[in-house]
Amino acid sequence: MSIDVRIPTILRTYTGGAKEVQGSGGTLADLIDDLEANHPGLKDRLVEAKNGSDDLRRFVNLYVNDEDVRFTGGLGTELSDGDQVVVLPAVAGG
Amino acid sequence: MLTLTTEIRDRIVAHAKRDHPDEACGIVAGPEGSDRPERLVEMVNAAGSPTFYEFDSTELLALYKQMWSNDEEPVVVYHSHTATEAYPSRTDIGLASEPGAHYVLVSTREHGNSEGPVEFRSYRIIDGEVTEEEVTLVERY
Repeated sequence: MSIDVRIPTILRTYTGGAKEVQGSGGTLADLIDDLEANHPGLKDRLVEAKNGSDDLRRFVNLYVNDEDVRFTGGLGTELSDGDQVVVLPAVAGG
Repeated sequence: MLTLTTEIRDRIVAHAKRDHPDEACGIVAGPEGSDRPERLVEMVNAAGSPTFYEFDSTELLALYKQMWSNDEEPVVVYHSHTATEAYPSRTDIGLASEPGAHYVLVSTREHGNSEGPVEFRSYRIIDGEVTEEEVTLVERY
């Protein structure tokens, strides 16, 4: 099983400069754990503890096959072989 | 240093004035590695706020996919401040996520929606460090 994950410029320090990496997992949470095993430090940039459990960081967007995962079950979003995942930091400020 | 055309500068200023008192935001894309801001894309401020801006997440993905297929990158990321100076706020610094981009700030606090000069300034924001840079206007690249 292989899922392509597009990594934004600012997080490429964790992937040795790679724009795209591969991972696997039945859910987005599993995929992030798998990525963390190969690219330590990445998980902390995507996920934070909220009320005792992991949740996506507010200003990071993750998309599975072009769908914002906030609308498809967040970290519980189910994944299949060949899915395309994109990570994009929010463009935001005050 | 940021070099950009007068035309694009004027369009950024016009956008900021039009959206005042809410913050306006957008990007200017350019060929990867060129440092040449060529294609202005006005974005909707999904926060619709005088003190905050955020690109809508679906539009953000569409924008980046378009840039990737054009071999472009965000050369300029711009937004306006509508009641304060054209200097990055603490939130701007904390959320800056394009280390290669010029962060342009426009302040509409003086003239709002009306004609009149605005502050137009550019910065690099890398690892929480803000460095102001000169803006050079040209007729064409």
